[in-house]
Amino acid sequence: MEPVNVKMDELDLRVSIGNLELKNPVMTASGTFGYAREFESYVQLHRLGAVVVKGISLEPRAGNPPPRIFETACGMLNAIGLENVGVDRFISEKMPYLSALGVPVIVNILGDSVEEYRQLAERLAEAPGVAAIEVNISCPNVKKGGVAFGTDPQMAAAVTEAVKQSCQLPVIVKLSPNVTDVTLVAKAVEEAGADAVSLINTLIGMAIDLKSRRPRLANVIGGLSGPAIKPVALRMVYQVAQAVSIPIIGIGGIASAEDAMEFMLAGACAVQVGTASFVNPRACEHVLDGMVTYVREQKLESVRDLIGALRIG
Amino acid sequence: MSQFQQKVELIQSEVIAAGIVRLTLSAPDIAAAAVPGQFVMVQTAPGLDPLLRRPFSIHQVSSDGFLQILFKVVGRGTERLAQCRAGEHLSLLGPLGNGFALGESAHACLVGGGMGIAPMLFLASHFLRQSQVAVPPRVILGARNSEELVPLMGDFLDLGFEVLAATDDGSFGYHGLVTDVLKTLNLTSQSTVYSCGPRPMMAAIHHLCQNQHVPCQVSVETVMACGMGACLGCAVPLRAGGYAHACSDGPVFDAGELLWSL
Repeated sequence: MEPVNVKMDELDLRVSIGNLELKNPVMTASGTFGYAREFESYVQLHRLGAVVVKGISLEPRAGNPPPRIFETACGMLNAIGLENVGVDRFISEKMPYLSALGVPVIVNILGDSVEEYRQLAERLAEAPGVAAIEVNISCPNVKKGGVAFGTDPQMAAAVTEAVKQSCQLPVIVKLSPNVTDVTLVAKAVEEAGADAVSLINTLIGMAIDLKSRRPRLANVIGGLSGPAIKPVALRMVYQVAQAVSIPIIGIGGIASAEDAMEFMLAGACAVQVGTASFVNPRACEHVLDGMVTYVREQKLESVRDLIGALRIG
Repeated sequence: MSQFQQKVELIQSEVIAAGIVRLTLSAPDIAAAAVPGQFVMVQTAPGLDPLLRRPFSIHQVSSDGFLQILFKVVGRGTERLAQCRAGEHLSLLGPLGNGFALGESAHACLVGGGMGIAPMLFLASHFLRQSQVAVPPRVILGARNSEELVPLMGDFLDLGFEVLAATDDGSFGYHGLVTDVLKTLNLTSQSTVYSCGPRPMMAAIHHLCQNQHVPCQVSVETVMACGMGACLGCAVPLRAGGYAHACSDGPVFDAGELLWSL
C-alpha cells in the first residue's frame, strides 16, 4: 500500500465538517468498528479520515439477549441493544489508544433522556482527544413513553440543543430513517445548532424462522444495514441535501468507492463505512483507495468537486 | 497475536458423508499461528449475497501449511462453500478467538458431538505432540449415525487414539449420548474434559463435570458477523450475569462461567 500513500499526498482529499478538518472523507460507522483497536491487525488506522466509535452511554449497558443478529438478503439485522462500556471506562480505557492514532476521534453518544445526553457531552468535552460528538437520536425517550428522539423533530432539537450547550465540540446528529419525512428532523436539528448531520441509521426490520414460527432476533425487531439499504439511504441524503445547508455525512450500505462517491454526488461531504467492515476489515481503506484512483483518473482538483455535483434534467 | 486476512487456495474438497464437507486450504500463515480451539472467518462468495463471512473452528493444521475446516451444509453460505473446487481461492480471516487452555492435566478427555468433532482433531493432534503427556487423552465421539461418525473417527484412529463412539440411532458404538459414555470413565478432579457439540450435549457434560468436580472447557458456536469483537452479535450469557462474546472472549470457555439454563 506504500505507493498509494505516497501518491495520495499529491491529491486533495480533504473535507471539512463544520470546523472539523478531515484528511479524507472516509470514516468508520459507529457500532461497526468497535473502539478501533479490534482492527489494528488488518487496517492502517492512521489512513482513516476519522474513527467513529461504538455508541457510548452514561452507564455501561449489557445489551440484548441472543440471537442478536441475522443475515438477510445483501444485509443484516441487528438488535445488539447498545452494549457498551459506559463513558467512564470509555474515557479511561479506550481514549488513550484512540487519541494516539493521529486520526480524529468522533464519539457517538446515546441516552434515555435529554439530561443523559447533556451529561455525556459534558464528560466528553473534558476528555482529551475527542474531535467531535455524533448524537445517536434513534434511542427511545424513556420520559416520553419510549418514542425515539429521532422520530420527533422537537425532541431531536431538544437533544441537539442540550449537547451543543454542554460542549464546544462539533456536534453531528445521526438521523433515523424510520420517519415519514427525514427533512423535518434534519431542519429541526440544524435550527437547534447541529454542525452536521449523518444519515442513515439502520432501518427497522424483522425476520421470522418459519420452522419454529419465532422471530430470528430475541428482540423481535432490529436494525437493517448493509448494501440492501443503500438506495434508501442515498435518497434520504439527497432529500436532506435539498433541505439543509449544514454538512452531511452519508451512511448506508457503502462498500466501495463507487458507493461512497454516489453519496457525495447526492450531497454528502463525507461518508461512513459500516457493515462492510464486518465482511472486509479493510473496507474503509478499500473505499479510500478506489476514491484516490477515481480522483486521479478524472483529474479532479479535489474530491470536494464531487459534493452535490449530481446532474438532474 | 498474529492475525491475517488472506486469499488462500483450496487444495481439496471432500464429501465425508451426505452433506458433510471437509476443505483443505493452503494457508501457511494462519496454520502456523493457530492453536486448537481457534476459528477462521470464511467468505463464502465474492459478491454481496451471502454477505457475511461464516465462522468455522479449525479442524486440523499441518506443519506444511495446510488448514482444514469441516462443516455440514446447513444454509446458503455452506452450500456455496461445498460447491467450491480445488484451485479456487477463498478469503480467510484468522486465526481468531481464544483456544483451549492446555494445562498440565494428566487425564484429558475430548468429547465431540456432530460437527463439534471438528476442533477435537486439532486438539488431539496437539496432545500427541506434547511428549510430556504420559497418558494419552480419551476420545469420545458422537453423531447421529454410523454414516456420519465412522469417516470422522478414522482421523483419530490414524493418529493412534482409542475412540469411544456413540450414535443416536445405535448404528455404531454405544446407542445413546456421549454423556452416558463419559459417565463410565473414572473422571477425577485431575482430569480435564474438553468438549464441543450441540448445546444440550455440552450442558449435560457441564452438569456431569460440575457434580464430579472435573474441570470442563467448552467451545461454543454462535452466529457472528465479524469474528473480531466489533459487531457484538455473538453474545453468550454468563452465569454471573451479562454476556461474553464468543469471538473475542471465547469460543472456548470454562463451562462453569456460562449460563446453561436458558
